[in-house]
Amino acid sequence: MSRLAATLTIACVLGSALLLIVLNQATPPGSAAHVSTYAVSLAGKYLSYAMLALAVDLVWGFAGILSLGHAAFFALGGYAMGMYLMRQIGTRGVYANPDLPDFMVFLNWHELPWYWWGFNWFPVAVLAALLVPGILALVFGWLAFRSRVTGVYLSIITQALTYALLLAFFRNDMGFGGNNGLTDFKDMLGGISLQSDATRCGLLLATAILLSAAFLLTRAMVLSRYGKVLVAVRDAESRTRFLGYRPERYKLVAWVVSAMIASIGGALYVPQVGIINPGEFAPANSIEAVIWVAIGGRGTLSGAILGAVLVNFGKTLFTGALPELWLFALGGLFIAVTLFLPNGIIGLLPRRKDAAVDEPEQPPVLTTSEAAAREVTS
Amino acid sequence: MRAVASKAERAVTKRVLARFVAPLLAIAAGGRGRSRSRARAACAVLGLWFVFAQPARAQPTGAELLGSSNFADIQRGVEAVAGSGDPHALPILAAMQEGRLYARGDRSLAAKSSDGSYTDPLTGAAIANPGAVKPVRLNNNVRRALDAALGALRLFSPDPGTRQIAAEAIFKGRDPAALPALNRAIGEEKEPGVNRTMEQARASALLLKNDASDTDKLAAIATLRDRGDIDARAMLATLATGQPPAVTAAVAEAVNAIDLHLRLWSWLQNAYYGLSLGSVLLLAAAGLAITFGVMGVINMAHGELLMIGAYATYLVQNAIRAHAPLLSGASLLIAVPVAFVVAGAVGIAIERLMIRYLYGRPLETLLATFGLSLVLQQGVRSIFGPTNLSVTTPDWMSGAIGLGGLSLTANRLCIILFAIAVFAALQAALRYTSLGLRMRAVTQNRRMASAMGIRTPWIDAMTFGLGSGVAGMAGVALSQIDNVSPNLGQGYIIDSFMVVVFGGVGNLWGTAVGALTLGVLNKFLEPVAGAVLGKIVVLIAIILFIQRRPRGLFPTKGRFVEA
Repeated sequence: MSRLAATLTIACVLGSALLLIVLNQATPPGSAAHVSTYAVSLAGKYLSYAMLALAVDLVWGFAGILSLGHAAFFALGGYAMGMYLMRQIGTRGVYANPDLPDFMVFLNWHELPWYWWGFNWFPVAVLAALLVPGILALVFGWLAFRSRVTGVYLSIITQALTYALLLAFFRNDMGFGGNNGLTDFKDMLGGISLQSDATRCGLLLATAILLSAAFLLTRAMVLSRYGKVLVAVRDAESRTRFLGYRPERYKLVAWVVSAMIASIGGALYVPQVGIINPGEFAPANSIEAVIWVAIGGRGTLSGAILGAVLVNFGKTLFTGALPELWLFALGGLFIAVTLFLPNGIIGLLPRRKDAAVDEPEQPPVLTTSEAAAREVTS
Repeated sequence: MRAVASKAERAVTKRVLARFVAPLLAIAAGGRGRSRSRARAACAVLGLWFVFAQPARAQPTGAELLGSSNFADIQRGVEAVAGSGDPHALPILAAMQEGRLYARGDRSLAAKSSDGSYTDPLTGAAIANPGAVKPVRLNNNVRRALDAALGALRLFSPDPGTRQIAAEAIFKGRDPAALPALNRAIGEEKEPGVNRTMEQARASALLLKNDASDTDKLAAIATLRDRGDIDARAMLATLATGQPPAVTAAVAEAVNAIDLHLRLWSWLQNAYYGLSLGSVLLLAAAGLAITFGVMGVINMAHGELLMIGAYATYLVQNAIRAHAPLLSGASLLIAVPVAFVVAGAVGIAIERLMIRYLYGRPLETLLATFGLSLVLQQGVRSIFGPTNLSVTTPDWMSGAIGLGGLSLTANRLCIILFAIAVFAALQAALRYTSLGLRMRAVTQNRRMASAMGIRTPWIDAMTFGLGSGVAGMAGVALSQIDNVSPNLGQGYIIDSFMVVVFGGVGNLWGTAVGALTLGVLNKFLEPVAGAVLGKIVVLIAIILFIQRRPRGLFPTKGRFVEA
């Protein structure tokens, strides 16, 4: 990825965020140039999704791991933030219980479960948002990569992971609000109201800055020597292994970093949307994140951001105007992009020579006979 | 007197016989039960007539007392009629309970039938001119006596089914007053099953009788223990206090024995539920075992093929209801081939229009077919609406079969059989048909097969069509146990992939074993951990299992380079 493209991407992200903020704050409501707070939050939501897309692209585009469970990390980060925001409600809940969130009072709980301890401090929530998905990814990835679970098998077990978490978070006994999730947030960081325009703008700015940081981090990763080996693992894992590298370690680093980036995206998503519930774990969400990347351009970090923003913008337009057509459009996009646009939107742009390293080479087309000399039945 | 003594002897012999031989007899008698019981019932009626008809006529006070205006007299009359053993006692008292019994001026009785005419309940002869009649009076005491008397009398009904119900009612009611009648009935009873229930009823009543001897109580406890169900356990459990030590010990032992017995049955019941869930999983995954297992195509739209099968069932049923109502009982059977053809055709279209451009790129296939699944879901939602459609269950698939302590629901049983049939047909199609041979040839060595003159693209399409068609047939079965809605398929897609991956890709037997294992595992975890947690445990177990055996339970033999 050229320096120019990277600069352009960051300029676009930060510039558009700043533009929206200025238009929201500096112009009077009702003027033609005014941007509503709703639109600011919407943009913040898109950028949170873009972080998820960036995370997916890091593992799928550069390490060849198609994760169908990345929304799990996103949702875990969201829950960490949601727990913090729940604790900030304090006595302003419906039951005005100073010690317990509303849903626990409702469920007749008498004391805070241990895993909620400390969540009234922001740093603890941030730490949890980084560590919980990070450790989960570490354990899951270590087990999976060590035993060389690859390709479709890995995709399917990542989906099983997010499905298991979905079921788990639906349970009231888990202590995360069950079906309803966590909502009804009031303020954060010592009394900053979540409803105010300024907070919304601040959240958008924070999201844009963190997205840019994540972008720079992943860019540095993939451009480094580490990144080159990672791409080698993606394109020919066995060959890389025979050259003396340990593919599982390279993949594990990318996997854990990716999980953490997704989780930060989730943590930024929750205050801007105002709710987190187990639906975020739905396997379809993870697959949708993959399609953002595919549409933007797999293996190009800018493409991931572009794809996430474009698809979600389209979703907002469609579900507002023609709700029943949205699934047709999304499904059609899946099919059209995989069949006709393997390199995504970025792939349509004129290609520079030094950008070649970023493009995922199409894996050599293996016919079914070469892929597996299989017996039908034993 | 002689007759009574000999009857008591016979009763004892029979009680002994019943305990040891009756269960065997019940099984052996089986199908011949009906004709035998009819002959037996006729004998019993005749016998009763000869034994009791004479005394009943000699002292006809019982029937006459019913005509009295004094409730105490009427109650004594009920008891006398019931105790008389007259074969007409049952119809008389039944008529009385239904309020159809009238007393005539001469205190003889008249039963009014539904058309308003009167008959003499003692002889059955029609009464042309009943004269002035008044209804036989009832109050609560009389009604109670009547209920008990009828319950006891029904023990002598010629119909074994009625006797069984009466014995069961006494078992549940536990009325020590019914004991004399019960004793007599046990003496008469020749049907082993009914006799056993009567013994159990006597045992349950006896345990409430305070002056019963310890020996009787121990025998009763043993009888209840042999019955071994939850009712018997409850009866024994209430008996714990205030009994001699021998009885208390016997009760404790019997409760333990019943608990063990119940646990065994509930274990078997769980195994059946597991088998049932496993067969559903097998049905859902069988098609995928072809498309994913054999061809290596990740078809995320597999669930929607199941859904299409279910909607095809709905359409077939509607068409049959509108045009050929006579066939409605067979509508599911008709839906099976229809669903196969429809889903198979959709599958072939998918293969030709989409998947063939993506061979060798499994991850892209996954994404494209996921997109397709969204389109198909929304398409069905647009056409049929988002609500659940009602698919009817034919009569032969409703109800349940009791087997010992098991209750086997007919629709689950049918699905188990259907899963076996589908699986067998699939194996046979792959193994014995020429198409199956070609399919195997193409998947094993495409170039060689092509060199031998097999049109490989056509075989690809047919294989995918076969897998899709099987999914459609599975949809017919799923329409019976799940909601027919656009989301039907989504509930099965993850499970299906789990089954195929767990069993070992490319191995149909592995899929079958995987499905049954997961089904049984799930159902055994459910009572321990709860349904949702059980499912989570299974998912995590599969994730860990795949780490250990990345190629599933039964990996395909041979070496091949990882793609």
